[in-house]
Amino acid sequence: MTRIPILRMGDCLLVTLQVDLQDGAALDLQDDLANRIAATGARCVLIDISALAMVDSFIGRMLAAISGTARVLDAATVVVGMQPAVAITLVELGLSLQGVRTALNVERGMRLLRSTIEEPGLDRGP
Amino acid sequence: MKPEIMAITQVLADTQAIVREWLVEVSGASGPTRSTGLLDATAADAGEIARAVHEGLLAEGDVGAFDGLAWERLRGVLESLSRSRAAQGATAGETSYFLLSFKRPLFARLQQQVANEPPRLVAALWAVSSLVDKMAQFTLEVYQRSREDIIKRQQDELLELSTPVIKLWDGVLAVPMIGTLDSGRTQLVMESLLQRIVDTGSELAIIDITGVPAVDTLVAQHLLKTVTAIRLMGADCIISGIRPQIAQTIVHLGIDLQGITTKATLADALAVALKRIGYTVTRTKAP
Repeated sequence: MTRIPILRMGDCLLVTLQVDLQDGAALDLQDDLANRIAATGARCVLIDISALAMVDSFIGRMLAAISGTARVLDAATVVVGMQPAVAITLVELGLSLQGVRTALNVERGMRLLRSTIEEPGLDRGP
Repeated sequence: MKPEIMAITQVLADTQAIVREWLVEVSGASGPTRSTGLLDATAADAGEIARAVHEGLLAEGDVGAFDGLAWERLRGVLESLSRSRAAQGATAGETSYFLLSFKRPLFARLQQQVANEPPRLVAALWAVSSLVDKMAQFTLEVYQRSREDIIKRQQDELLELSTPVIKLWDGVLAVPMIGTLDSGRTQLVMESLLQRIVDTGSELAIIDITGVPAVDTLVAQHLLKTVTAIRLMGADCIISGIRPQIAQTIVHLGIDLQGITTKATLADALAVALKRIGYTVTRTKAP
């Protein structure tokens, strides 16, 4: 089974979903991401789903779960590039992905994450 | 070929005489008000129909099965007749009356032809009668179908027309909703709005419901769905144009619009939108 690559860029972990996700791969991704956040101390996670033409309720719940897990590990999550058809499907399924932050594209998503983690809070030191 | 069909084809062989009698029958019924131009066109139509019927019978067309291959030409002729008459403003009744009056000259001629053989006459009359009835019915169907096509097209156009997505500012889109919101229209608005958000990369969308006559729980649900979809895409939404009565209705129905920015007018909504994307509007001249 193919594993979804997770790229690290500074404080951020990037995940790009290029093909329609199978349930097994989705569960693996969830595990991998949790491990990587804990291992690298990443502050933010960006998931790009612009290539996904179809999202079912399982993937929808997975996105919500990833976001929840990351929040517990003190990382902000943003889902970017959702296609209109996908958004409509999720709404019809009754999934509003409460608590998941979204942005139109990767650039906006990164800006949103920066502004979130640069908020005055606990200073992590130099 | 059956003997009664043979008799009909013999009658139809003298096309010109039949058509003349048919036209007398038609003009006698609808009176002298018809213009000669229309009568000329009618004569051409009648001749063509009589010839097509003749041809169909010669091709061994079964009178009981009007959708058979032998009647293809007749169907074509009737279809264009029905459409052109509908375009000229004739009612469906007039067109079918025109066809049904074909019976009388045919009956009279058949009677002359096979007067001495009553069983064959009855069979021939029955065949003619059922064929002409089917022809009239066919024109009615075509008429109705062309009407339904028109209605369908107009409905689609109305849907398209009533839901334009407007770019108000760089990064601000607006949809003025006009008319009752049902699920079909909400779907269409949602699709076109979300597509425009992707195309333009706009972060804010304003839905103006000034033109929506009433808001009930269903309409509110449709609005909430649209807002949720916009948020899933990564943009945000402002609802404007809420009239005082509608605000009261929303409260009385207990509809939860919390978490959604609502404004009374489109102008207020635009002001909020500009502020959110970082613009300030200042007046350079004293009023």
